[in-house]
Amino acid sequence: MKKLKVIAAMSGGVDSAVAAARAVDAGYEVVGVHLALSSNPQKYRSGARGCCTIEDSHDARRAADVIGIPFYIWDMAEEFHKGVVENFLSEYQAGRTPNPCLRCNEKIKFEAVLDRAKGLGFDGVVTGHYAITKDSPAGKTLHRAADPEKDQSYVLAVLRTDQIAGAIFPLGDTVKTDTRKEAKERGLFVANKPDSHDICFVPSGDNAGWLRERLGSESGDIVDGDGKKLGEHKGAYTYTIGQRRGLNLTVPDKTGEPRYVLKIEPKSNTVVVGTHEELAINSILAAPPTWCGIAPEINKELRGFAQVRAHGAPLPCNYKFDGTNLIANLDQPVFGLATGQALAIYDGDRVVGSATINETI
Amino acid sequence: MLAYFDHAATTPMVEPAITALNNQLKKLGNASSLHSAGRSVRKDLEQGREEIALAIDCAPSEVIFTASGTEANNLAIKGLFWKGAKDNKKVIITSTFEHHAVMDPIIWLAEHEGAQIVGIKVDRKGFIDLTELKEAVEKHKGEVALISIMHSNNEVGTIEDIAQIVKIAGDIPVHSDCVQSFGKVDLSFKKLGVTAATVSAHKVGGPLGVAALILKRGLDIEPILHGGGQERDIRSGTFNAPGIVAFAAAATDAVANKKERDIKIRQLKQELINTIKKNVSDIWVNGDQENCLPGIVSITFPKTDSEGLLLLLDAEGIACSTGSACSAGVQRPSHVLLAMGLTEDETTSTLRFSLSYTNTVNEIAALGAVISTVVTKSRAAMVK
Repeated sequence: MKKLKVIAAMSGGVDSAVAAARAVDAGYEVVGVHLALSSNPQKYRSGARGCCTIEDSHDARRAADVIGIPFYIWDMAEEFHKGVVENFLSEYQAGRTPNPCLRCNEKIKFEAVLDRAKGLGFDGVVTGHYAITKDSPAGKTLHRAADPEKDQSYVLAVLRTDQIAGAIFPLGDTVKTDTRKEAKERGLFVANKPDSHDICFVPSGDNAGWLRERLGSESGDIVDGDGKKLGEHKGAYTYTIGQRRGLNLTVPDKTGEPRYVLKIEPKSNTVVVGTHEELAINSILAAPPTWCGIAPEINKELRGFAQVRAHGAPLPCNYKFDGTNLIANLDQPVFGLATGQALAIYDGDRVVGSATINETI
Repeated sequence: MLAYFDHAATTPMVEPAITALNNQLKKLGNASSLHSAGRSVRKDLEQGREEIALAIDCAPSEVIFTASGTEANNLAIKGLFWKGAKDNKKVIITSTFEHHAVMDPIIWLAEHEGAQIVGIKVDRKGFIDLTELKEAVEKHKGEVALISIMHSNNEVGTIEDIAQIVKIAGDIPVHSDCVQSFGKVDLSFKKLGVTAATVSAHKVGGPLGVAALILKRGLDIEPILHGGGQERDIRSGTFNAPGIVAFAAAATDAVANKKERDIKIRQLKQELINTIKKNVSDIWVNGDQENCLPGIVSITFPKTDSEGLLLLLDAEGIACSTGSACSAGVQRPSHVLLAMGLTEDETTSTLRFSLSYTNTVNEIAALGAVISTVVTKSRAAMVK
């Protein structure tokens, strides 16, 4: 049988390096590709943070050499800017909190890269994501990883069935500590490289500062639910729903309760704050949905779990798709939920689908 | 590997150079030392200098060894600029499609030392506009520190009329990057009349890590490396005797065999162009096809992406190159092809094949067997 040919997306980190090595062991013909995501990588030196530095491309190249696979760099800066960075900015401008990693998976790794790979005659894309795919009569399905600490199915839940079909996640059954151990055994010097936590295109880690630089910092009012002014903010989009710190309110609350950001209203440039109780969310409306498998019957109430943050807990819920919105009614309220994040629905450990949160009640 | 078409990047070392290098590696002695061991190495090295002088037709004392072509270019450009700047001459005239090793030191001088860059445009074939050059020289009379224009272009192979440029320059010092031309075409430092020329060992079958700046006798320029002053007080650093004698052996070998290799390489080049054309009808060749290096072919494959072409050819065991990449390895639209008037899309769908006399028709046949499929796949990958 002819060997299947795959592109291994290599960030320069330990996970994607081990994933590429395992793909070789599994019998795939593997070509390593590092994605250059900044339009000016030469000036994008930011050390170990982020995933688009010269050092990282070097690390990826070195790992590919050790594994013994060809290695290339693909310039995806334009696609990344359009699909991820611009979306990130416009979502914040609209008072929402986007998840850029999810957009990167949707638009870059499993769209731009996968499409290009297929055009060049490859069969799929290997990444170091911690998630599992399984074959089913309806096609490949997406499942949670074995390591609950590392599970990344949430940031992949946005993928369509055809995208999942082209995805290979060799690390799904592994715990992170074993990945590092294996990297060491394989002679990959990235074995001890720290995990990246920041948003890769905000290398300083100062998200608010990065946004302020690009969106300006028009100050406005911080108000309570009745519209009473309690303080001033330095750019509404630098706040996140549920945020408690850094509000610098000048008027104390009557009861002395701490206050949290409830809402960001970009049109009036106000930040609304309230009590922890007021943060409680029972129902979530999200759209448009993508289904990892067969779409559920319209308006049929189903049991499942909702996940609303990258490392959030699965929340038991009833959910349905009304033809436009994916609606989740939670058994227990969740606190401080930002619009713009994804709602992912699970049936046990299987990803049913996901959509972007537009409204919370 | 099935076929290597990247000889302009680097080319195999020739036997005489390997022998010379090996022999010299076994010899003890710093060529600057005064004892007999040092003198013996110095003797070998100076013989090498004479051989290189003979190969490029200059005086031995005009050969200044460096560790790379890039270093030699930096030394010439910065040195001549600083010399000129003392007399308030701060203009540097250059072409718009120089190698980065020339372009970047000039840009650095503009950014840090107040140099004023005058870029002379090139035409579609890669010839510098001599009328524009003449006008620039007249316009900036008394202000020009140096002119730096490459002898032949590394991406398309077009050869410039350096002797004519020197004539236009008058008393302005002219530097020419001759890295791709040396050993391939007739090249006489004396006849060209340039002030400085750069040559490099590993492009002519010598080792990596050794090159030379040929600099007119009696001319003192500011060094960029300060130290023992081994090379005319213009370049410091312990003599790389093994590299130098191997460079000399390669240069001698290249010049001695130039004529017969030139004929063979040009035949191979034509064969390669014909083979590709037969399989992909809408390609075109960039650069001039008469006044050109024997072995460089720049081919545009419309509606493809050269990154994809290179990946697929590499998978078939065929090596060629895609213009330039930045330090992170990201392909950038070639400034050479942009300067020649190609669109950005055209530059990123262009490959450079560079041949040597060591190539064979079988290698070209191997390319011919896959090129059509490779181009089709690359085009498929372009569809969004």
